Amino acid sequence: MAAVQGGLVDAVEKKDIKTEPSEDSGGNNNANDGRLLSPPPGSSASAPGGNKPPAGAPEDQQTLLAVLQFLRKNNLAESVEILRREAGLPEDALDLKAGDSAGAGSGGAGGTVDLEGEDASSLLSRVTVSSSAAAQAPTKGRTGLLPTKAVEDQPDVNVVLSAYSQQGDPALYGVYYSGLKRFIESVLDCHRAELSQVFYPLFVHMYLELVYNNHENEAKVFFEKFSGDQECYYEDDLRVLSSLTKKEHMRGNETLLDFRTSKFVLRISRDSYQLLKRHLQERQNNQIWNIIQEHLYIDIFDGMPRSKSQIDAMSGSLAGEAKREANKAKVYYGLLKEPEIELPLDDEDEEAENEEGKPKKKKPKKDSMGSKSKKQDPNAPSQTRIPLPELKDSDKLDKIMYMKEATKRIRLGPDNLPSICFYSFLNAYQGLTAVDFTDDSSLIAGGFADSTVRVWSVTPKKLRKVKSAADLNLIDKESDDVLERIMDEKTASESKILYGHSGPVYGISFSPDRNYLLTCSEDGTIRLWSLQTFTCLVGYKGHNYPVWDTQFSPHGYYFISGGHDRVARLWATDHYQPLRMFSGHLADITSTRFHPNSNYVVTGSSDRTIRLWDVLTGNCVRIFTGHKGPIHALAFSPNGKFLASGATDGRVLLWDIGHGLMIGELKGHTDTIYSLKFSRDGEILASGSMDNTVRLWDATKAFDDLETDDFTAATGHIHLQDNSQELLLGTYMSKSTPVIHLHFTRRNLLLAAGAYNP
Amino acid sequence: MAEERRPKQCTVVLPTESMKAMAESIGVGQLQEESCVALSEEVSYRIKEIAQDALKFMHHGKRRKLTTNDIDNALKLKNVEPLYGFQSQEFIPFRFASGGGRELHFYEEKEVDLSDIINTPLPRVPLDVSLKAHWLSIEGVQPSIPENPPPAPKEQQKVESTEPLKVVKPGQEEDGTVQGKGQGATAADGKGKEKGLIRLKPRSTHELSVEQQLYYKEITEACVGSCEAKRAEALQSIATDPGLYQMLPRFSTFISEGVRVNVVQNNLALLIYLMRMVKALMDNPTLYLEKYLHELIPAVVTCIVSKQLCLRPDVDNHWALRDFAARLMAQSCKTFSTTTNNIQSRITKTFTKSWLDEKTQWTTRYGCIAGLAELGADVIKTLILPRLTVEGARIKAVMEGPVVSNIDKIGADHVQSLLLKHCASVIAKIRPQPDNVEQYRIDYGYLGPMLCSHVMKARTQAALQAQQVNRTTLTITQPRPTLTVSQSGLSGSAGPRTPSIIKVPSSLTLMSPRPGTPSQPSPPATKYIVMATSAGPASTQQVITLSSSQSASPVTSTVPSATSTLQPLVKLESGSGPGLTGSRPMQKYIVVSLPSSASSSLENKSSVLPTSISSTPIEAGMKLDRSESPGASTQSPH
Repeated sequence: MAAVQGGLVDAVEKKDIKTEPSEDSGGNNNANDGRLLSPPPGSSASAPGGNKPPAGAPEDQQTLLAVLQFLRKNNLAESVEILRREAGLPEDALDLKAGDSAGAGSGGAGGTVDLEGEDASSLLSRVTVSSSAAAQAPTKGRTGLLPTKAVEDQPDVNVVLSAYSQQGDPALYGVYYSGLKRFIESVLDCHRAELSQVFYPLFVHMYLELVYNNHENEAKVFFEKFSGDQECYYEDDLRVLSSLTKKEHMRGNETLLDFRTSKFVLRISRDSYQLLKRHLQERQNNQIWNIIQEHLYIDIFDGMPRSKSQIDAMSGSLAGEAKREANKAKVYYGLLKEPEIELPLDDEDEEAENEEGKPKKKKPKKDSMGSKSKKQDPNAPSQTRIPLPELKDSDKLDKIMYMKEATKRIRLGPDNLPSICFYSFLNAYQGLTAVDFTDDSSLIAGGFADSTVRVWSVTPKKLRKVKSAADLNLIDKESDDVLERIMDEKTASESKILYGHSGPVYGISFSPDRNYLLTCSEDGTIRLWSLQTFTCLVGYKGHNYPVWDTQFSPHGYYFISGGHDRVARLWATDHYQPLRMFSGHLADITSTRFHPNSNYVVTGSSDRTIRLWDVLTGNCVRIFTGHKGPIHALAFSPNGKFLASGATDGRVLLWDIGHGLMIGELKGHTDTIYSLKFSRDGEILASGSMDNTVRLWDATKAFDDLETDDFTAATGHIHLQDNSQELLLGTYMSKSTPVIHLHFTRRNLLLAAGAYNP
Repeated sequence: MAEERRPKQCTVVLPTESMKAMAESIGVGQLQEESCVALSEEVSYRIKEIAQDALKFMHHGKRRKLTTNDIDNALKLKNVEPLYGFQSQEFIPFRFASGGGRELHFYEEKEVDLSDIINTPLPRVPLDVSLKAHWLSIEGVQPSIPENPPPAPKEQQKVESTEPLKVVKPGQEEDGTVQGKGQGATAADGKGKEKGLIRLKPRSTHELSVEQQLYYKEITEACVGSCEAKRAEALQSIATDPGLYQMLPRFSTFISEGVRVNVVQNNLALLIYLMRMVKALMDNPTLYLEKYLHELIPAVVTCIVSKQLCLRPDVDNHWALRDFAARLMAQSCKTFSTTTNNIQSRITKTFTKSWLDEKTQWTTRYGCIAGLAELGADVIKTLILPRLTVEGARIKAVMEGPVVSNIDKIGADHVQSLLLKHCASVIAKIRPQPDNVEQYRIDYGYLGPMLCSHVMKARTQAALQAQQVNRTTLTITQPRPTLTVSQSGLSGSAGPRTPSIIKVPSSLTLMSPRPGTPSQPSPPATKYIVMATSAGPASTQQVITLSSSQSASPVTSTVPSATSTLQPLVKLESGSGPGLTGSRPMQKYIVVSLPSSASSSLENKSSVLPTSISSTPIEAGMKLDRSESPGASTQSPH
């Protein structure tokens, strides 16, 4: 697994730099700039280096050269200067002596790191680690050389961990920590909340350092003494941490790797940061300072420090908040969405009118339905940004049906709540794990823990298979009702069972044209089933671990999947290999959804972040933090502007995709939220949860309130009012039936589904 | 909460003994202590890791309960072969036993006779998954249909009736439902208005919709009508329908008025119908009747003690109605009696008062005794037993004296059999053996001899039951409930005492014996037996003695492994010191928790065995406890 995520993430990022210089390297430079705001702790370099391993002088120098070279390549002139001074190298040494290896490096494949020669690769792995960890020369000199030769099976882990081989009196850790705590408690109120953010990452890293250096008892004492201070939403991670008491445990522990490989991001105002820095320097508190330097990424902003509630709203993820850059640089990508789905519709509409010559009423209706204009929305991606499948005749017919239904749609609002029809699965003792409805609500499919998939027809029209090939030969292909004739009446039944998976089926999705069904399972495969023949067509293998969720694109053809291996994959139905792999999450991907315009996908993860990915480039364009538990439900608003997410913490969070901001928090559920759905016009948000309730929320109001607010997009600081109670329009208890799927029919009737658990 | 849990998490490690035991099981003897420590730490860590992964599978499986399959899947993630053979979703088939300082985990594998399996008819095929649709909400209002939960949950009804002030507070469950009901106008408004609405709510809820009115009419007609099938259906509806909350006041009034009228008219049949309605209302799990007790209780009490309930008292069986109503009364006492309303004590006083009255008629007398007797053994012991002599004399006067009237005679006869029925079982519990007719006559007067024979019968029956229980019980250390029953070796106890324990491991952690008195078994628990007997093997084998016969001990025979090590699974322990209370030389405790049907066998059997003398203070204390409050002990296993 580590091969996929773990230590390689850094290296992967490096590669990204090469391919996407505009953004990621920018971010990287920023990272280093942030680092450089503080004077390099050169003084501390002389601090104990007791267990520095005897490294051969030539090798040492070679390493330094490689570092220098890397820094120079990334235009980090200042760092180069410092490092060179520290190492006492002549100015030209780099140019002359490093020439050969550098040549190999930069010459080969445009400087891709991993194409270096055998020898250099081990060096460069160090370079990668140290530099990405904002490793300046001093730290390097103190610690970085310890791991040297990579261990065979998991080189990254050792490299990663080596940074923990700090020296320092283990007994003093508690003193340091409580010293800092005293300081932070004594600062002005406005800074205290911000600086308190430091506690958790600091606590974790100090604890890990103690464990790594085999100070088991001290670590235990430290943990017991201070774990109670941490915010309650870190409880899950602390639980993992608490079981980790030996150095041996660290190898292969994912949580630990996450912590180490990804720097914990804090957003702190400049004033507060200065305060902290001054304090630490005055006290000569190098231990803490080093940790902050090495393992934390402090995103400094100018302006008012944030309040406790503002911080709490955004924190909770495994690796701190998102960097502002992560959500900022791509703002123009963000608002691309809207009318793309409408535009073809309009075309369709016209065609339909031409074909049928009748539906005149639709037009005004169409306008009123929230599409801003029929012109190209400036925020929308171009039609051809990603190639979409051409519409077939049957699709066009379906669109017409859709339009017809849409005219009969009930307009929902706080005064006009939808009716809810609940589909209970009875006798589902084997465990219902996933449900999906077709868009026209004619079919319902359930995935079960016993590996079966069942499809029901909820209309009087029964499910029929296509006749066998031999029988098909006998059919008169010219007849008008050929489509009817190919069906085998004998197989008509209300439900069909699909066998094929070898583990619980965790995700299920109908294709928009109702011809296919997609399921993903614990067995690591995604299967495509034909709803004409009720057989399995393809098994997509790629995830080696359980696949937690999958979904078809709203335009068909593409689908997205995500699972335990932390990589989301984008597939096309006619390719057996994924088209895109989206990696970056630090823990399992628990849910995946397509944006209505099919240009973006969103993934929610156990690392408590949500990421939005661009299908075209494969880049992560948004990172949303704020949930305090694994995210199990995601839903885009129909206009594509907003995203709703639900997690095990029982809260629904609302996000503005364009601005990359959290814009609302809906509290009320008492257990994991497994399903979210916007009504067809986006006026109502329905949420279904493990607590056996369906709740309806006033989405219009939630989004309106925001627009009247002056947007603090620049800072990204949000003031959330606690207005959940006002937005809650209704709570409907089911009888011990967890709600695991919700669906609005085209006429805005809400369908809910779950298994009855007596 | 997190703060409290965390430090513990830090320290939970498997005991090293487990490592030793496991090592032994695979043939590694003499594992060093350090190795054990290292191993146990490592194993604990890995187990935690796996548990954390398994949780993921639980979440994705949309469950709240971790199953063995989740563990299997988590193991698969780690590339570890899953554990085969742990298929059951419900429980882990480990059994645990201990005794004599040895602890043992084992699988329970019963020998199965194949021919039995072949010969039994095939079980019914479980039903297939099916889909059922219902309306959870219609335009924002949740309809009251059986598929939906009751509109006002019982808890809320209880809160409303006991603590009306609490209900007024906003922000409870209410918000959703209230808004749902008063949708439209209120939903859009802010919080302030909602508060007002909640305050108003009780007023509006007493209006019945047309459908409800129809329903009410149909139901009440069916309940008192002539068609028995219809009545059964109506009662069934009352007992199960979740949406009756709103109609409760009407039903209550209907019943109370009905009783008032029909008592005057001596219409026995209708009274019975009405009592059945009360019973059905009480059986409905979604209703909380407390608010209507002021109407219901007088009606019920009337049916118990009324002088005349039927037109022909000599022929009609109004006694059954009295019994039935008395049971209802007892049930409502049990359910609704609180320190504030004192229902039980008030009812008891009422009954006692009219019973003590010399002029009370036999019918009323019967009702009073029945009402008291149903309240439990405690009441019988303190109120009825002391009066047996007086009552006996009264009965004797009627039965053997000059014939007064047939009605009196019938009444006296019924009172007599009622007294015998209820008192015998209580006496059997509190009176030591042997049962001497003469002694009984002295103690209880006229009723003595009859009581004596009834008591003996009761004892035999109890013994039989207990033995049956025993047979089923021995296999039982069910893993789920954690019951720790042990006898504390209090300093005063005579003789060496090893704690005899049936312990039930709730998890992998091993528990060590800890002193304590028998705790009350938790509700879903199965059966446990803890016995304390004297040391002699012969006496240990008596489970419950009437005849002192020495049957083969089911204890040792069902668990052969235990016999071989001379450590019975259920340790029968001895306290063979000098008896402090000579009269009860030996105690046997049988703590049995069974579904309530078997509760009668729960009583402490104190058997007098002339051969063995042993009793420890604690045992005597416990014994005393129980005999003082048999009522309490009988209720415990519910």
